[in-house]
Amino acid sequence: MTPLTPPPARRIEPGGAPTLIDPPPRGAASPTTGAPAIGGAARNGSRRAPAAQVTERMRIEAVSLAYGNKWVVRDVSLPVRQGEVLALIGASGSGKTTLLRSLNRLTEITAGASRTGRVTLDGEEIERIEVNELRRRISMVFQQPNPFPMSIFENVAYALREEHTARRDRKRRGRRGRRELEPAVIDAVRRAGLYDEVADDLDRPALRLSGGQQQRLCIARALAAGPEVLLLDEPCSALDPISTATIEQQIVGLRESVAIVIVTHNLQQAMRVADHVAFMHLGELVEYGTSEQVFERPSQQRTREYISGAFG
Amino acid sequence: MRSQPATAGTGPAAKPRSKPRDSISSWPWTDRIAYGLCWAAGIALCAIAAWIVLYMAIKGVSYLKPSLLVQSPVGSPNQSGSGGFLDPIEGTFLVTAIGIVVAAPLGVAVAVWLSEYARPAGLARAVESGVETIAGTPSVVLAIFGLLVFSKSFLAFLSQTSAGGAVFGRSFLTAGLIMSLLAIPLIVGSTREALAQVPAHVREASYALGKTKATTIRRVLLPSVRPSIASGITLGMGRIIGDTAIIVILLGASLRLEGAGGAPILSILRGTGSTLTSYVKENSPAGEGNAPQKAYAAAFVLLVIVIALNAVVVRLSGGQSHADGTL
Repeated sequence: MTPLTPPPARRIEPGGAPTLIDPPPRGAASPTTGAPAIGGAARNGSRRAPAAQVTERMRIEAVSLAYGNKWVVRDVSLPVRQGEVLALIGASGSGKTTLLRSLNRLTEITAGASRTGRVTLDGEEIERIEVNELRRRISMVFQQPNPFPMSIFENVAYALREEHTARRDRKRRGRRGRRELEPAVIDAVRRAGLYDEVADDLDRPALRLSGGQQQRLCIARALAAGPEVLLLDEPCSALDPISTATIEQQIVGLRESVAIVIVTHNLQQAMRVADHVAFMHLGELVEYGTSEQVFERPSQQRTREYISGAFG
Repeated sequence: MRSQPATAGTGPAAKPRSKPRDSISSWPWTDRIAYGLCWAAGIALCAIAAWIVLYMAIKGVSYLKPSLLVQSPVGSPNQSGSGGFLDPIEGTFLVTAIGIVVAAPLGVAVAVWLSEYARPAGLARAVESGVETIAGTPSVVLAIFGLLVFSKSFLAFLSQTSAGGAVFGRSFLTAGLIMSLLAIPLIVGSTREALAQVPAHVREASYALGKTKATTIRRVLLPSVRPSIASGITLGMGRIIGDTAIIVILLGASLRLEGAGGAPILSILRGTGSTLTSYVKENSPAGEGNAPQKAYAAAFVLLVIVIALNAVVVRLSGGQSHADGTL
């Protein structure tokens, strides 16, 4: 086999001055991880520079997942770091989406799904975190844009409203009003890069937005929950190239403030946005490394074949 | 029709076909007959519908006087002295309101349970066939059943008790409660169908924001299926408005609203009355009221109400497909 030359890749530089704002403070979640960097550390150079500060948020250790007695993910170990984008690539049926969904325990709603191994969030096992709290800390964006049938504002506010408010508590404080929620909603919409397009009318029904705008609204909604980790399951597969480019831009901008894991079928997309890439095949982790390593100097034969388009 | 382009080429010599290939002249004769029958059936149905509406409109309009809508019926052997049908109109609205107030929350609750929980599976199947059984039961059977149940002394508060202590069992409340059974299957059906059309990832998106199932149902699912709930309710209203057997058996079909005495609103609810359907039945040539002109007028009013409701349903279901488009 001749050495493979990867297709030319356009890397996304963090935008000139993305207006990143600290996510809402999250209690005693992680006193050690330091404040997220503010502003894109725009560096010179043709390659996109790594984020200024990289912190490990999640650790996936020897995780195996099964539906019934059919194993779909086998013995995968990966770190998830804030400050970088981790892309899971691989052919259909390689288990990457299942692995992603197991991180916020969304696999649990599938009857017959089981998991072994350890997944930790800031050192704490995810089983030990109350599931709804966990899902606010690790929120997710899906393949199909799926805004709820309410206004743009309400879509984002939905994620902000408290879930387990005791009745007595609620009576005292009342339902959180619009004025109280507005700054956080606008902040989330802005972080998702949607604000300029919808600023004039946040009360418009969300379903009237274009597909790309809807998906950015879903990202805003996920960000509003104040997550430490953002899971993206092929977020651009239903979108046109221009919307895709906008969303990729946002993803790269966001990695400073939130750890990002993206599942993608699109190798070019992985090249454009990812700092680390994990290649999965038939449930196994075949190769993990920096984007350059995996795409330019893959160590495994199967990786080489996949990225050259031999299968998948 | 074939969608392939007419010029799909076998070369420059091929002539562009002006006719679609699938012309009726190529069909076997059985298919042609069936095709003709389909046309005929469609047109015939259209004609029958038009005939009903036109005939009832002509009859109805010629006998309908505004005074009929505001006068109470009067018992009279003579058609000119029997008053109007204000009470049956009021009765129609009252029974429908009671029926829907009971049926809407129950129907939506059953639909949500069947669509979102449905565990254990055996119970879900039982609920499902229960709903189907109610839907399939003739309303006269429901009415007789209702009369049996509501004549029990512990349910005396729903109707009147005679001096001898016998529970009457007939009132707006009892008729409305049994009427709700007519509407529930329709509301369950349309709500459930709409819930099944909400994709799984929409629910997951809500769970993935740390929301419970209850919150997801309340804040995401129910708002998305609201148009379908509304159209189920409207269909249910049509069923209730159109039913006669339950009115005759369980509402007493008395000429006027006959209060049961006591607190003003409760008196009416526990009292008897009639609706447009029972009024039409009583006054038709087949009934005892002997006021066929008024029966036609009332039937026309009934038809107008039901057609208006149908228009609302069509409108609502049209709005629904629009709202669901991107979900």
